[in-house]
Amino acid sequence: MATLEIQGVQKSFGATKVLHGIDLAVADGEMIVVVGPSGCGKSTLLRIVAGLETATGGRVIIGGQDVTLREPKDRDIAMVFQNYALYPHMSVYENMAYGLKIRGLPREEIRARVQKAADMLAIAPLLDRRPRQLSGGQRQRVAMGRAIVREPKLFLFDEPLSNLDAKLRVQMRAEIKRLQRSLGVTSLYVTHDQVEAMTLGDRLVVMHGGVAEQIATPLDIWNRPANIFVAGFIGAPPMNFLAGTLLPGGTGARLDAGFEVGFLDGARVGPAGTRLTIGIRPEHVPPAADGPLKLTVDLVEPLGGETLVHGRVPSDESLTARLPGSMHPVAGAVLALAIQPAQVHVFSGETGQRLDR
Amino acid sequence: MRRRVIFRGKLLPYLLLAPQIAITAVFFFWPAGMAIMQSMLREDPFGLRSTFVGLENFAELFADPLYLGAFSNTLVFSGSVAFFSIAVGLFLAVLADKQIRGANLYKTLLIWPYAIAPALSAALWLFLFHPAIGLFARIIRGYGVDWNYYINGGQAMLLVTIAAAWKQVSYNFIFFLAGLQAIPKSVLEAAAIDGASETRRFWSIVFPLLSPTTFFLLVVNLVYAFFDTFGAIHALTQGGPAKATETLIYKVYVDGVVNLNLGSSAAQSVVLMVLVIMLTAVQFRYIERKVHY
Ligand SMILES: Nc1ncnc2c1ncn2[C@@H]1O[C@H](COP(=O)(O)OP(=O)(O)OP(=O)(O)O)[C@@H](O)[C@H]1O
Ligand SMILES: [Mg+2]
Repeated sequence: MATLEIQGVQKSFGATKVLHGIDLAVADGEMIVVVGPSGCGKSTLLRIVAGLETATGGRVIIGGQDVTLREPKDRDIAMVFQNYALYPHMSVYENMAYGLKIRGLPREEIRARVQKAADMLAIAPLLDRRPRQLSGGQRQRVAMGRAIVREPKLFLFDEPLSNLDAKLRVQMRAEIKRLQRSLGVTSLYVTHDQVEAMTLGDRLVVMHGGVAEQIATPLDIWNRPANIFVAGFIGAPPMNFLAGTLLPGGTGARLDAGFEVGFLDGARVGPAGTRLTIGIRPEHVPPAADGPLKLTVDLVEPLGGETLVHGRVPSDESLTARLPGSMHPVAGAVLALAIQPAQVHVFSGETGQRLDR
Repeated sequence: MRRRVIFRGKLLPYLLLAPQIAITAVFFFWPAGMAIMQSMLREDPFGLRSTFVGLENFAELFADPLYLGAFSNTLVFSGSVAFFSIAVGLFLAVLADKQIRGANLYKTLLIWPYAIAPALSAALWLFLFHPAIGLFARIIRGYGVDWNYYINGGQAMLLVTIAAAWKQVSYNFIFFLAGLQAIPKSVLEAAAIDGASETRRFWSIVFPLLSPTTFFLLVVNLVYAFFDTFGAIHALTQGGPAKATETLIYKVYVDGVVNLNLGSSAAQSVVLMVLVIMLTAVQFRYIERKVHY
């Protein structure tokens, strides 16, 4: 158990810069989820912490010790890989015992630790099997077990659930959460799945193009996304964006779609006419007979409990609304929608950064 | 998924198979049959008449200390050739598998020996190690070793072993390189995180995972050393000195072609044939079982 500090970590592969200076401080026992689209550098960051990749700049500090230049074996960490990376020629028991044997633990203690972890993960009956005789979910558990028995300072997970089917993924997600809580091991978890991120993380790091766009708790990120990228990335279906300009006094915005919204949480600074981007989530545009937002419906996705409606507003911007499952508008119809003013997010039209009062 | 072609009639499939069967029959079954027949005959000293003697040729063979000597030479020789060519091939493949600059050039160069005719490469070794004119021979002598493989049987054995193993290194290298590249990188990374040093990773992960390849190569190299090294031995030592490098295959040649003792030579061929059939059978069995994991 330990803290983890990542200070200004940069990474280039040849001329391509993949990480542009990441800073992150992880508290003891905290679970941090790094989330972002494919290719944004999540795995690279994790591998730098593991010591499998050398940073071109910055420092990695685990438990107060600078480990930037240390080999993986000298960092006292454990990692769960996306493809599990079990040793194919060893039994499940040997897979889990391997790291302990190397550390020279007495045989009895190895046996006890492996048994305990196997019980915890319900894989005790599988200890004599080879990895190829296991299902994907079982392999996943063995990979977890191999990490747990080591009792490391730090757990690293690189998309450990992405090879599982949807149902198993949900189940393992809960299990990982429970294990991490009960063991209290500081963890860094990489995923591109935002539901996984929201449910697992004490805090999230939303990455984009080698930059940490926002580091905050899941609800903070949901309620106050720092910029348009984060706002659009977290949430499904993603947040709608409508262009507009600041009203005199900064008390609201005039949208290109032809109506005004007021800012309930206070006026924004800036000259009238400043370009803005207004964000509103699909669940915050309820149907209303006198609603100002006129949506021409393109596509309707009935999901049972709710209906997703995609369409265009008069300014030709696209917009998605989440309606009650009882509503089934037809394509081509024009819907009147309201905007819940308390749920409006305001971003700068130029930089895309959040504008607060 | 295996696609099955179904022929109508019986003629076409047999016709399509005919060339292969003809070749096998003419170049394998017929000589093999001749050898088996010959092995039970004995010719008179002038080669005018032969008499049927049953298994007597074989009985004599296994009572002959010279033949048993050739047998033990063969075991030492084949074992060493297989060991050295596999060890060196593996070592070079491990180096090539690391990301090094100029890796492609290095790989290409390593494959060349395989393309050199055995007689040519033997001539090369001859020039390098000839006691009087050899470059390496002079260097070795510079270290105070009395190098003369024309007299010293051990040195002669060493030389033919090196020459025979050298040629096989390329072959082993290619297979090991492919084997190494098939090991998922993440497995090795997991071992590194588990705390294993590079040496330990090699012996506890890489080597066991290569065992199917190693086993396959072991059989191939043994077969090579048994049957395919005639050229090297003939060019370098002619089985000498004092039969120190006379292996089974070389003795077949000496007894049959030089001494014209056809019955004994044929019996020896039959023994070799049985050996290769056994080796191949072992190999097929294990390949089916995928050795180890
Ligand atoms: N060894 C390498 N050499 C060159 N470029 C690399 C190397 N490894 C990764 N990259 C590049 O670095 C960028 C980030 O890769 P990384 O694997 O960290 O992405 P990721 O966020 O984990 O993506 P994914 O969700 O698809 O796993 C990518 O553009 C990738 O092409
Ligand atoms: Mg990745």
